Amino acid sequence: MCTSAEPSELCRGHLPGDLAMWFFILAELSVFAILILAFAVTQALKPQMFSDSRQLLATSTGLAMTLSLITAGLFAALAQERIRRSRPRHGAVFLLLALLAASVYVVLKVTEYRHLLVSGLGMEHNTFFTLYWILTGFHFLHVLLGMFILGWLAERCRRGLYDAANHNGFECGVLYWHMVDLVWVVLFPLVYVLN
Amino acid sequence: MSMANPHLKFASQAVAKPYFVFALILFLGQVLFGLIMGLQYVIGDFLFPIIPFNVARMVHTNLLIVWLLFGFMGAAYYLIPEEADRELHSPRLAIILFWVFAAAGVLTILGYLLVPYAGLARLTHNELLPTMGREFLEQPTITKMGIVLVCLGFLYNIGMTLLKGRKTTVSMVMMTGLIGLAVFFLFSFYNPGNLARDKFYWWWVVHLWVEGVWELIMGAMLAFVLIKITGVDREVVEKWLYVIIAMALITGIIGTGHHFFWIGAPEVWLWVGSIFSAMEPLPFLAMVIFAFSTVKNRRRQHPNRAATLWAKGTTVTAFFGAGVWGFLHTLAPVNFYTHGSQLTAAHGHLAFYGAYAMIVMTLISYAMPRLRGLGEAADERSQTLEIWGFWMMTLSMVMITLFLTAAGVVQVYLQRWQPDGIALPFMATVEHLQVMFWARLGAGVGFFAGLLCYLFSFKQRGRAALRAPAAVVPS
Repeated sequence: MCTSAEPSELCRGHLPGDLAMWFFILAELSVFAILILAFAVTQALKPQMFSDSRQLLATSTGLAMTLSLITAGLFAALAQERIRRSRPRHGAVFLLLALLAASVYVVLKVTEYRHLLVSGLGMEHNTFFTLYWILTGFHFLHVLLGMFILGWLAERCRRGLYDAANHNGFECGVLYWHMVDLVWVVLFPLVYVLN
Repeated sequence: MSMANPHLKFASQAVAKPYFVFALILFLGQVLFGLIMGLQYVIGDFLFPIIPFNVARMVHTNLLIVWLLFGFMGAAYYLIPEEADRELHSPRLAIILFWVFAAAGVLTILGYLLVPYAGLARLTHNELLPTMGREFLEQPTITKMGIVLVCLGFLYNIGMTLLKGRKTTVSMVMMTGLIGLAVFFLFSFYNPGNLARDKFYWWWVVHLWVEGVWELIMGAMLAFVLIKITGVDREVVEKWLYVIIAMALITGIIGTGHHFFWIGAPEVWLWVGSIFSAMEPLPFLAMVIFAFSTVKNRRRQHPNRAATLWAKGTTVTAFFGAGVWGFLHTLAPVNFYTHGSQLTAAHGHLAFYGAYAMIVMTLISYAMPRLRGLGEAADERSQTLEIWGFWMMTLSMVMITLFLTAAGVVQVYLQRWQPDGIALPFMATVEHLQVMFWARLGAGVGFFAGLLCYLFSFKQRGRAALRAPAAVVPS
């Protein structure tokens, strides 16, 4: 919905970022969709194994990871707003905050992975953990790439390379981060909560 | 090398010509051996013992790889100077490497044909560093070393050209693909005694070539030709190229998992291979959209109709051959039955032809008239012949694929689907596939006729008589 405070380009139905980036995001989401579908179907086939295995994961850690990623997404969106108002240095600060929030996720995820490995719950333990590692591991790699992109955007903001008229590349990077966010919001309930 | 060819931006691009010519000669050889094998499928002792089936198959597949390598090298020698906006670093080195590679290639093929394979292994002292005896990597170790040396010299030559000149996305993607090609070939020297480990790394050459770095080479060659024949903004083409290579690498590298299903690798590969392979058609679909939208939004009417047709055709055929026909049997539960059947052969034929043979012919179609000093395009008659060749070869290959697919389905049903005691043994199953093999042979003859038509299209002397003005800007 458009309000008077929003930039006019959005009101005109302008697609943020580049069409090629949307195509790429569509491809990425398709991969995750297949992974999620495989997880859901296997759960339906082996409900007891999935229920038992899920008890071995800490839901509170999963929730903390979700909050950190959503917070990072919020900061990235705020950075975008600042860029649209031609305040790139403010944008850089918000991106650094986004990186900080995302780092919390990384620390929690690495700790969880380490704990699982020490407990002998590796990829070959059972089908639940095979899919858990593939699904969350693939997502984890995306988070790392997304953080690299946010860092790169922050550096370019610091150098004042984006403003209200020129921020197509910035939007592409933030779009990618939101995709990473979105996927986790689906993964969290699927992997940690739903029985 | 002619310095007087006004149709080349840089005189040193002329070194591409012998590479293209030799590639097409080898292509002809490959198809001839394909026909011999097609006959051996239905007349088992045809040409035995002069050319046994295993030798014919080895020559058929090795010629394919070598002619495509010649094609890629020719394409790089043509494309890199133009993109880098400077002469090739050393045209002399390119010509020397051409003769070294051509001589090594011919000697190796003659070795296959004239000496029993085990004798060839003894003759070339395979025991010192055993690398022979594996499908597609049958070359004697000394030949493999020669390939590495040629690749190093080639990469040095185009790398220096690129370093000194302008860096474009197209040239960087091409270079990355070619470096990847050389790096992954090194795994052909690793030949562990454990068969599971051997297969594991064998696929690093075979799969990471055709479903990894070669896709970068294909993408770069396609982008180069499309920029030239459509006049569309480089920026738009480059964005598409980024998307295509990102998807090709993500799906292709992890998709290697579909080769680790039944070779003794951990069960996790069943999941990884199935899921990521399901996405492998995507980069090919992106190439189809890319090619058709670029041609639709063209800013000029290029007189080379044939090159435009090849550029569009390669994407569609690659999408079906590599993408759809690959996906047909990469899901683990399906592959459990279809593994190593005629379905694999169906996929292999349409994928190699669609993705790689056709992209090389796309570049040849664009570059050859210039290399031969004819201008932007050959004359109308030649182009018509070339387009006939395109359709005859492509439709014949589609027929080959469909017949092999039918053979594969029947084979899986008779040999693998039936319960023990009813399932037929391999040779008894093959008896039931004869009709399909005869039909495939017929389509193979059609392909050969198409190839002759295509080769005959080079026999022209005049320049293109333009049917339309060279610079038309559609609305």
